[in-house]
Amino acid sequence: MNSIQKNRLKDQAFKYWGICCTCMGLALLIIFIGDILIDGIQRIDWGFITSLPSRKPEKSGIYTALMGSIWILFFTTIIAFPIGVAAGIYLEEYGKKNKLAGILEINISNLAGVPSIIYGLLGLEVFVRIMNLGASVLAGSLTLSLLILPIVIVATRESIKAVPSSIKDASYALGASKWQTIWYQILPASSGGILTGVILALSRAVGETAPLIVVGALAYVPFAPESPMDEFSVLPIQIFNWISRPQHGFIENAAAAIIILLFITFMMNGIAVYFRNKWQSKWK
Amino acid sequence: MKKLICILSLALTLGACGGKKNKEGSSKNATTLSGTIKVDGSSTVFPVTEAVAEEFRAIQPDVKVTIGVSGTGGGFKKFSRGETNISNASRPIKDKEKAACKENNITYLELEVAYDGLAVLVHPENDWVANFTVEDLKKIWEPAAQGKIMKWNQIRPEWPNEELHLFGPGVASGTYDYFTEAIVGKSGSSRGDFTASEDDHVLVQGIAGDKFSLGFFGLAYYSENKDKLRLIGVHNGEEVVKPTLETVSNGTYRPLSRPLFIYVNSTSIASPEVVEFVDFYIENAGELSKDVGYIPLPSENYANQKENFKTFVESNK
Repeated sequence: MNSIQKNRLKDQAFKYWGICCTCMGLALLIIFIGDILIDGIQRIDWGFITSLPSRKPEKSGIYTALMGSIWILFFTTIIAFPIGVAAGIYLEEYGKKNKLAGILEINISNLAGVPSIIYGLLGLEVFVRIMNLGASVLAGSLTLSLLILPIVIVATRESIKAVPSSIKDASYALGASKWQTIWYQILPASSGGILTGVILALSRAVGETAPLIVVGALAYVPFAPESPMDEFSVLPIQIFNWISRPQHGFIENAAAAIIILLFITFMMNGIAVYFRNKWQSKWK
Repeated sequence: MKKLICILSLALTLGACGGKKNKEGSSKNATTLSGTIKVDGSSTVFPVTEAVAEEFRAIQPDVKVTIGVSGTGGGFKKFSRGETNISNASRPIKDKEKAACKENNITYLELEVAYDGLAVLVHPENDWVANFTVEDLKKIWEPAAQGKIMKWNQIRPEWPNEELHLFGPGVASGTYDYFTEAIVGKSGSSRGDFTASEDDHVLVQGIAGDKFSLGFFGLAYYSENKDKLRLIGVHNGEEVVKPTLETVSNGTYRPLSRPLFIYVNSTSIASPEVVEFVDFYIENAGELSKDVGYIPLPSENYANQKENFKTFVESNK
């Protein structure tokens, strides 16, 4: 066997190993989703989505938890999106590349790795107690916004960096100011990437349990929130609550609620992929 | 932006639907109350309070009862700050928590609402164990047993010379606290080399899949898995008793049954909806606790609780 053949063999071996690894991840996902689907799919109907929690598993529903999740998602979006994008633009376009910027950059990356329960403790002290917002939708959304801000900022910076400098130069050459360049050229060009990052961050937020439990999200609320100051529950807490019940019916309910939560995240990821593709085809 | 508007309008329309739903049927009741009742505390007591809140909604649809699950300790923390009206507790209030309440001028009433039994279980093919004494269980579970009591015949010599596999709830759970308190004598003190899980379903699977297993957890989990497990009676000093509805309720299943409590803040008595809710709670806790897998108190106890609550309301008016 000469060295060329040997290298080819290695090549092939690595290829199959790679395929193996990919398949393992996929297989796990399929087993997991299959298991959940078998347990929960027959439980999902309109009544399940529109009923309140109940002691009888077959009468229980996720209405208040689903509404809570939607409210939380909505407010987290309107808080984290503008702040995160603005911070990203500042760091990329206005901020000077000095030592301070370096420190900021490292800290933002570090923040992305802080365990989510720490954000919960911060939210409890700052938003719930000091700002006196109580265990409200607003306090929960602010906490989750903090949690996803680093991801939004990093995504924004990366997408702005990816805008070809020729576009910027052309804009300046035509006499546009910095603000005009950012608003009319850079932001539209990077919007696909920014939106992708924001949506991926939000789909992480929608699955968070720990920080919201710490902030004081409830396990039983008989009403959907009607204002940002109302108390709330969210889907992951409802799922957690059902899983810890002895009656088998609640396990089915939990599986059904997991399917709905998975559906929401899949949808959001789908939207993110759509934006990315649209953006890529436009700027290639 | 379009997507934002989309989500916003969706949230608003769905929110509006909920609003309508709440207001339906409110005119049916003559003495319609409204307001919010905040309950927090033990996740063990949660199913009972949830069931009561659910039924209460049928007669007082405008009263909003919210229930959190911060745990007994977490619940008392909020209760002592005056943040909640009622606290769920799977153990009596501790001296430290009493002091915190006193500091904030909070007085309260303790009410027993149901019992929970702890079941001791083995694999169905285990035919050598007829019963356990508290001493047996202590020998197995005390901290000194770690690494030493590893075989069945070390507990009683007539039992087989086979490895002993232990299963129990996680150390953060109230069930674990109660078991160690009742068996070892000190809450939270036991051997560490057992399979612990916060999810009792895992314990059921573990015991059901291992012939030489032994474990304990709440009776409700046994009731749901009777065919997979064998329930072992515990000697209460006079006789061997298996936990059942009767033996837990009449107190003969000792020492592994415990009362579940709610604590009511005295200042909340000023709100008629809280008084009505607690009355309703005491009246229906027996029936509803059975529904969620717990055991009702004897009916005279509920009558006593009701009397206590009445006096409490009178004296705090």
